[in-house]
Amino acid sequence: MTNNDHQTDKTEVDGHTGVETTGHEWDGIKELNNPLPRWWLIVFYATIAWAVAYCIFMPSFPGFPGLRKYSDRDKVAEEIALASNERSELANRLLSDLSLEAIEQDPELFQFVMAAGKSAFGDNCATCHGVGGRGFSGYPSLADDVWLWGGTLEDIKYTITHGIRSHSEQTRFSSMPAYGEQKILSPRDIDNLAVYVKSLSEDVDNPEAIEAARPIFEAQCATCHGKDGRGNREFGAPNLTDAEWLYGGDLRSIRAQIHSGRNGVMPAWGDRLDDATITALAVYVHALGGGEQDYARIDDQETEDAAGGK
Amino acid sequence: MQNQTAPQPIRESGDEIPFLAFFLGIGTLFFFVIAAATPEEAMRVHAFLFLAAFSAGLYALLLHLQSGTRPDATAYNMGVVKAGVFASAFWGVAGFLVGTLIAWQLAFPETLSFPSLPWTNFSRLRPVHTSAVIFAFGGNVLIATSFYVVQRTTKARLWGGTLPWFVFWGYNLFIVIAATGYLMGITQSREYAEPEWYADLWLTIVWVVYLLVFLGTLWKRKEPHIYVANWFYLAFIVTVAMLHVVNNLAVPVSILESRSYSLFSGVQDALTQWWYGHNAVGFFLTAGFLAIMYYFIPKRVNRPVYSYRLSIVHFWSLIFIYIWAGPHHLHYTALPQWAQTLGMVFSVMLWMPSWGGMINGIMTLSGAWDKLRTDPVVRMMIVSLAFYGMSTFEGPLLSIRAVNALSHYTEWGIGHVHSGSLGWVGFISFGALYCLTQWVWKRERLYSLALVEWHFWIATIGILLYICAMWVAGITEGLQWRAYDEFGFLQYSFIETVEAKHIPYIIRATGGSMFLIGALIMCYNLYMTATGRVRESERNAAPAAPADTVAVPAE
Repeated sequence: MTNNDHQTDKTEVDGHTGVETTGHEWDGIKELNNPLPRWWLIVFYATIAWAVAYCIFMPSFPGFPGLRKYSDRDKVAEEIALASNERSELANRLLSDLSLEAIEQDPELFQFVMAAGKSAFGDNCATCHGVGGRGFSGYPSLADDVWLWGGTLEDIKYTITHGIRSHSEQTRFSSMPAYGEQKILSPRDIDNLAVYVKSLSEDVDNPEAIEAARPIFEAQCATCHGKDGRGNREFGAPNLTDAEWLYGGDLRSIRAQIHSGRNGVMPAWGDRLDDATITALAVYVHALGGGEQDYARIDDQETEDAAGGK
Repeated sequence: MQNQTAPQPIRESGDEIPFLAFFLGIGTLFFFVIAAATPEEAMRVHAFLFLAAFSAGLYALLLHLQSGTRPDATAYNMGVVKAGVFASAFWGVAGFLVGTLIAWQLAFPETLSFPSLPWTNFSRLRPVHTSAVIFAFGGNVLIATSFYVVQRTTKARLWGGTLPWFVFWGYNLFIVIAATGYLMGITQSREYAEPEWYADLWLTIVWVVYLLVFLGTLWKRKEPHIYVANWFYLAFIVTVAMLHVVNNLAVPVSILESRSYSLFSGVQDALTQWWYGHNAVGFFLTAGFLAIMYYFIPKRVNRPVYSYRLSIVHFWSLIFIYIWAGPHHLHYTALPQWAQTLGMVFSVMLWMPSWGGMINGIMTLSGAWDKLRTDPVVRMMIVSLAFYGMSTFEGPLLSIRAVNALSHYTEWGIGHVHSGSLGWVGFISFGALYCLTQWVWKRERLYSLALVEWHFWIATIGILLYICAMWVAGITEGLQWRAYDEFGFLQYSFIETVEAKHIPYIIRATGGSMFLIGALIMCYNLYMTATGRVRESERNAAPAAPADTVAVPAE
């Protein structure tokens, strides 16, 4: 087949397979006249038969729901109704006037809320705070007992609802000045201040810097962070003595924070999530490891209960 | 070609040249005005690109006229095929490289994210990858092979004189416009149809000329019948024209701006898009490459095609059934369920028509099975048919609603696409490029068959790593997405399902890198073959396939 100059339309028998060719030839390529493979044809017909049968039983034409009268939309509505029915009892109890503490103490409700909270946390909060609330640089860990704005159930719920430095009118708000960027302090002062801040939580062998920074700390920082550096939750001002750091605890990171005064933002979830979900989230975050008890409130509650004759 | 039979060869008329010159001249002026008037920086860049390309085209025409040489109208036009081989290899490597980069970005998103360089963002590089591999690599392979095959199987020179060159350069200009647009953030956000309205209009012009060149060549054929490969090429060209025009119907905001709005909205828009998207797979990546298979496999193994009847039946059933299968991309969406049903049943019926091509290709080897052992190029093309068979079985399977409920939106889809694109489209293209380089540069043999062996094994292992990793990742995340706890809340958060894919992502990126390495080996081999060298250690071995000895006068 090295030369097709004498092209012919005559069929011939292929020497190897014994099958006739069609007699056509293009650029040396011929075609055998094999029949359609039988299994191929049978399977092809079978898929066509199946397709026809499926179209008879299932929706296959506008307005024709098929003999089974099946509908995706009905199925979804049914399943949603079933799920919300199953949940409704617990969810309704959650939305009643039950206090957050009471929810935490009801084992069945608590289990439900933890499941709901974990699910909602994963889809809304984990992006910044990490799965399980472990936190990242700039995004506080929610699994420890360090709280910037308070760690009671009510505090947490308020933070989730209104956010921090968010657009909500009731947002938690404070602002740490950018001492370097705004040229409030000199670079040398900031260097010294960083050493001073570090010395609040660990031994630093640099007495000159510490002494030089002490008056600056008292003048500039103590208003929010306190004279002893223990912080103030009213302003969300972190405790600087606990060796827990939002933006890192090495000198470079501390210096960067004093220089730029980064003010992190958390959205207000009150207009995005429903009340039951926010309640569940508050209880979930509270139970992650570091939730605090509101003793004053619990005492009040007990007094009230006692007064109510319980 | 060896074509010195006529004492006075007939020269090409060159009738098309004044029209082409006029068109390029008008275009140059037009883009000059656009470049001056547009308020948009990216649009100005594109206007200048068009301006440069059109002026270069005019200059080339001028040189052509000045030189006074007119090509022999009785010889095949192989220059444009050579250019196509070069463009295919270049865009292949570029596309695989970007794909590998974004695969590593997904595996290590923090390390490989560069916020100061917006054009390196995954969302801009991803369409560069998909368009580069499908349209730049695949498209150039299709144009080059179709120009070769249609000439050889009709015994006629390409119709239209310089027009095939217009198609080649015009198509590659479209690719440059599309890719630079993505990097600058220009996209109409239609998957696999991202280029904006002006790039679409340009492609339409180029594509119509492509159709004319192909039809014109068929029209003046010297053979009584049209070979099956040409049916597939014609189906590919005609259907892609229709898909492209309908899916890109849009109203530009202004002639000076890149933005446009689709004519369709809501679920009609989604359906149009996936009618296009699925048939891009059907008519670009299937019909077009089946055409390649129908010429290069019988030619390389020197055996007749297995069954003429099978080729007719599977051609028409494929063409008829494929066009209806698009709605299977929209299961469980706002699309009415009856339309989903039709998409699914047509996809299932598509199984055997797809396999017809595989049977015809593999069975063509009967009588030459030893070539699988001795010729790695043949092995590459036959393995590509195996991947084709696998992914055209997987496709109907995934279109079944119950399976789709698990697989849709997961990495399984990515795995499915890549077993088809790396295995089928990639390998059949590599096979064709090896053959074409040897044939159009008229070499006795390839530079090295051992390097083809290396290419074959590295790329095959790479593909297997890729698709297995994506099956694991896809089924894992699919199961995670539908896992509920005892109260009916979702068991896994989205970010947990992403973290679960970290190891499969690393394996996938490794597989992709291997595929890229294989392609680089091929480029080296093709270059050495084209320049006429034979690897020293293989000089005395018998060539795996005979050189293309068929000497055909075209007219």
